[in-house]
Amino acid sequence: MSDIVLEARHISKTFHEQLNVPVLNDISFTVNRGEFVALMGKSGCGKSTLLYVLSTMDTDYEGTLLVEGEVMTGKPGSRLAEVRNEKVGFVFQFHYLLNEFSVLKNVMLPGLKLNRHTNKEIETDALKWLNVLGIENLSNKKPNLLSGGEKQRVAIARALINNPLIIMGDEPTGNLDKKNSKLVFDIFKDLSVKFHQTLFIVTHDPEFAARTSRMIEMEDGKIIRQ
Amino acid sequence: MKYKLNTEIAISLLLARWRQTLIAAIGVTFSITMFIALLGFMTGLNTLLDGLILNRTPHIRLYNEIEQNPFQPIANARGYDKAYHFISSVKAANIREEIYNSEAIIKTIVEDKRVRGTSPKLHSPAFFNQGNVRIAGVIDGINPQVENKLFNFYEYVSGGSGSDLNIIPNSIILGRPLAEQLLVDIGDIVYVTTTAAEIFPLKLIGFYQSGIRDLDKVQAYTSIATAQKISGRPANYVTDIQVKLHDINDAPAVAKEYKRLFGLQAIDIQTANSEFETGSSIRTLISFVVGITLLIVAGFGIYNILNMLIYEKMDSIAILKATGFSGTDVKRIFLMIALSIGIFGGTIGLIFGYLLSLIIDTIPFNFPSLPSITTYPVNYNPMYYLIGILFSLVTTYMSGLFPAVKASKVDPVIIIRGK
Repeated sequence: MSDIVLEARHISKTFHEQLNVPVLNDISFTVNRGEFVALMGKSGCGKSTLLYVLSTMDTDYEGTLLVEGEVMTGKPGSRLAEVRNEKVGFVFQFHYLLNEFSVLKNVMLPGLKLNRHTNKEIETDALKWLNVLGIENLSNKKPNLLSGGEKQRVAIARALINNPLIIMGDEPTGNLDKKNSKLVFDIFKDLSVKFHQTLFIVTHDPEFAARTSRMIEMEDGKIIRQ
Repeated sequence: MKYKLNTEIAISLLLARWRQTLIAAIGVTFSITMFIALLGFMTGLNTLLDGLILNRTPHIRLYNEIEQNPFQPIANARGYDKAYHFISSVKAANIREEIYNSEAIIKTIVEDKRVRGTSPKLHSPAFFNQGNVRIAGVIDGINPQVENKLFNFYEYVSGGSGSDLNIIPNSIILGRPLAEQLLVDIGDIVYVTTTAAEIFPLKLIGFYQSGIRDLDKVQAYTSIATAQKISGRPANYVTDIQVKLHDINDAPAVAKEYKRLFGLQAIDIQTANSEFETGSSIRTLISFVVGITLLIVAGFGIYNILNMLIYEKMDSIAILKATGFSGTDVKRIFLMIALSIGIFGGTIGLIFGYLLSLIIDTIPFNFPSLPSITTYPVNYNPMYYLIGILFSLVTTYMSGLFPAVKASKVDPVIIIRGK
């Protein structure tokens, strides 16, 4: 099995509203298994746009995207949804938890969708991850009763439930205070070191980026350093 | 498993806005309730009104028309065979009202598989004497048992039993207004003058009430034997053969066939009462339109609520899509919400509609001309319940479809990045 989990080949993207302003300009790079990558750049440099292209949610781009060697470009929406479910875990700046469900159920949802294990197994798994993240005691609460840091940890547990190929983060600490930011970063670091989890995190925090294993810097839609 | 998860999400979204959902369901319930009650009541009334005519009218009536022979002697005259003949004042000759060989005809008709039953009738005009005054009327000699089986004769008889016609000799049943005119009551003797100017005393044993006053004013019934006796006819003399078919729609075709086969006049019910069916089908149509309008209004309610739900749950939809739910899944979830509102509201509506029908059924309703009816007639045809639930499902599905498609097209990138 190849060690490349994510590969971008000459990816470009132009926003249709602003003609001829490329947001992404011929971007090519690969992410290997077990890497902890930080995508750095100033606001508006296109780093989030790149992340959503890599996440398969944004399909409006030129170039080719491969996830674990499989070409994603041009695949139907249902297949992309399957890939996201199975291989990609997301952590956003906001937590995006479903307030109708308990914390435990929120974590279990992608697992239930994947439908590869029994309910019981998924529940055990979810509890294991909540335990690792130190929030097992919150499992039966509704997300709207949790603090920001707790919510983000629940979101991380949800990202981990299907043992994803890669975890993608869009400013996962952007909305947290210093203490919680550190906590979340430590969790990512732990996942990377202990579980050899591949991570691809977009951030504008140089401090955060400096402590990862690999840093990609972007400016004006191009990669300037990697 | 896959559907179970979608169902679970649909249920929790439903419960999250249970008040709105309930209102939407109540809308469906209300419209289905009204649909069922309205249709049940309207068609019940329709059946009653149609029954006034249709139940008592034979599907086919066979009789001898008094008419001129179409073949006149002049046609035999050579030299004029290619000419057009103008003959004035042609009289009918050698024509009797009697149906010749009626027994053989009846036997043939009874063997026809399309025929439910047949009943002979002796139709004869008569005068009813009240002192010196003679009131013109009609006496129909019938076989009461057969007449009841085919045309519910007993239901229209009050004050006595229709079956007594065969038991009590020389008995008669008069239309109620006619009896009032003659100032006679049950047990009294009615004097009848026949067309042959003979006077017969007959005993009144009941009143006939068809619901059509003008008809009742001239109508009287006796047994066929009595009718033959008073008109001085032999025992096989009948003037009409009434036929009831299994399927009323066959009547015109069968009538045509009998006309040719027996050489008699045959008139089918559609020709005799053509305006009747139109009225009843239009009444049914109006009830359907009102019911369906109610349902469509309820459908808009569901559409609104689902649309609101989608705007409110945009974030949830986005994250479901980000974590691997496809557009189809999201569409299914919202359709499921719509359909469960439809099923829930519709089922409750059926129950309420049935209860409302039961209530209507107990409201007193005295139809002056129909003694057997005491409450409002309601039709409990399961067909309307089936149509009701089917239509509630279709409307909720349609009203859920647009919001569901909209939800399935939500672009998670726009929602998530928009924050």
